[in-house]
Amino acid sequence: MTVLPEVTAPPFPPPYPTRGARFAPGDTVRVRPGAAPGHMRTPWYLRGHTGRVERICGDFANPEELAYHRDGGPARALYRVRFTMAEVWGEAAERARDTVDAEIFEHWLEPADAP
Amino acid sequence: MTDNTEQGRRWHDMGGKDAGEIARGEHDFALWEKRVDALMRLTSAKGYFTVDGLRRAIEDMGEDAFETMIYYERWIASITQNLIESNAFTIEELNQRMEEVAARGPTYGEAQGPGEMERAE
Repeated sequence: MTVLPEVTAPPFPPPYPTRGARFAPGDTVRVRPGAAPGHMRTPWYLRGHTGRVERICGDFANPEELAYHRDGGPARALYRVRFTMAEVWGEAAERARDTVDAEIFEHWLEPADAP
Repeated sequence: MTDNTEQGRRWHDMGGKDAGEIARGEHDFALWEKRVDALMRLTSAKGYFTVDGLRRAIEDMGEDAFETMIYYERWIASITQNLIESNAFTIEELNQRMEEVAARGPTYGEAQGPGEMERAE
């Protein structure tokens, strides 16, 4: 069962510009599951898990491309996404309502109600 | 829900695994470690690679490197790899220079040799 955190979006715009982000603070999102080769910043322990967008950080070059001497374009929206310990660790969570924030690029996220 | 299998998880992506004993010892950085740090900053500022490339090459070294090399040893290996990939120098040029440096003497002081400024005179 998904346990979602409370989020309050920061009262200021993203510190870096964004050309239009797919998700907004408060949206429920799921981290895409599974593995891929190469350099990725999306931590394994969050893949397949559901949280809420806490804020939009702005658009940034894609590190998965930058890692191989490519230009990293087009820039992609980066989010801070919040997860509850109950969601990430299930029964093993020591304090179920504690949360963890992770910065995750848009292409790793999908709406929580996606099939 | 921890429904992820371990299938496809790469060795460096260790968040959430049992950490074991944490080494809390601290040490001052050696001169060569500071130089590796400076080299990273200089060469990435010149556009040869980014911190993502630094991390990628370290990840590709595999778990064994994490156990057998210290932090800045992994850095210098990765910086070297990235500089070769981006044509800062060739492997042949690197080997030639390594031989020159080794020939100066066995200690760090000797291996440093005269600075670039003196050498240019």
